[in-house]
Amino acid sequence: MEFLLGMTGKDFTLTISDTAATRSIIVFKNDEDKSLELNKHVLMLYSGSPGDTLHFAEYIQRNVKLYEIKNGIELTPKATATFTRREMATSLRSRKPYNVNLLIAGYDVTTSLPHLYWIDHLGTNATMPYAAHGYGAFYTLGILDKYHRPDISLDEAKAIAKKCIEELKTRFFINLSGFKVKVSDKDGIREIEI
Amino acid sequence: MARRYDARTTIFSPEGRLYQVEYAMEAISHAGTALGILASDGIVIAAEKKVTSKLLEQTTTSEKIYLLNDNVIGGVAGITADANILIYYARQVAQQYLYTYDEDIPVEQLVQKLCDLKQGYTQYGGLRPFGVSFIYAGYDSHHGFQLYRSDPSGNYGGWKATCIGANNASAQSLLKQDYKDDITLKDAKELAVKVLSKTMDSTTLSSEKLEFATVSRNDENKTTYHLYKPSEIDALLKEHNLGGQETEQ
Repeated sequence: MEFLLGMTGKDFTLTISDTAATRSIIVFKNDEDKSLELNKHVLMLYSGSPGDTLHFAEYIQRNVKLYEIKNGIELTPKATATFTRREMATSLRSRKPYNVNLLIAGYDVTTSLPHLYWIDHLGTNATMPYAAHGYGAFYTLGILDKYHRPDISLDEAKAIAKKCIEELKTRFFINLSGFKVKVSDKDGIREIEI
Repeated sequence: MARRYDARTTIFSPEGRLYQVEYAMEAISHAGTALGILASDGIVIAAEKKVTSKLLEQTTTSEKIYLLNDNVIGGVAGITADANILIYYARQVAQQYLYTYDEDIPVEQLVQKLCDLKQGYTQYGGLRPFGVSFIYAGYDSHHGFQLYRSDPSGNYGGWKATCIGANNASAQSLLKQDYKDDITLKDAKELAVKVLSKTMDSTTLSSEKLEFATVSRNDENKTTYHLYKPSEIDALLKEHNLGGQETEQ
């Protein structure tokens, strides 16, 4: 029932994730952050089996950090996504694969371009202008099909994000209690209110 | 006295020197010169082929300048057989990086990997160091155009213009004299052939004795390399009034 969404804009990538930590039919808490900063400009959103998600995300985060320390440069969003996909594909062929779905959102400072990658638990990696994981994808992708353009401003992206959340609130039979919205651009990653 | 410490690579002499490593560097200073010049819009590498003879078949492949990856080329001075091992290794490292990250390897990381291998031969016993110095010219999106030089000890450094092999001291001082920070690739090419014409032993320059290559960016913002054909080298020499007639032997 988890929901992750991302969209690229003119010079930023915007992401939404729901904040419910659940088990079975119980909601444990309503302010869970389902994302991790891999480096200053790259954010990873994760959903899936609790435990698996954070474990895998931290594993990637620390490898990305190690690269930074070793080489004195940041890994680009594309390199990060490629590396993550391979780790996922390796895990899939192990005795106990990770059950995790990911979005990698980031801003490439070397080319000044925003990036979004959709990665699933089978090791699929797709470069997308906008993408979503979970049941929420069925409700929101149509809105993005209609309103998204590659050159949208941050204000336009916020407006689209609002539309998506409204749609979930009216049409999804589960009440997702809250959402965290983050932006990655040339200045780094920050949480915003919409 | 010295003989007690120079038989093995891994033993320091009482003065704190590694003789085998120094001998390897000595071997390089007899090899054909290779020089690199970093320009604002590209890099040029030029190299002197030492062994030429009328009877020698003109090789179709180059022997001094090699493509290491789509974004890096390398100039060699030293024992070519040793260089081949390192070039093979460099190409493999670059492909491994491409496999892992789907991007060209940043230039310094490739240089560092090669130097790690070279360093190993100065520390682990039973083997001699690689008798090779390299000049690396490459581009990556992190630091743009870059020029590096490495020696048999595994030391490396970034340079604006540098030279390895025979007469490298005099070539280096000529480069220092004439290098300008905002030099263009066109001027760098001219400077390269001029410096080589002054430092090479032979009186006449020709494509038989020279190898020439550039790295630059094209209109589509892609890194491109250009390994000069013999006819292109002769044309370049003619342009700068340096080409002699065919070499007499």
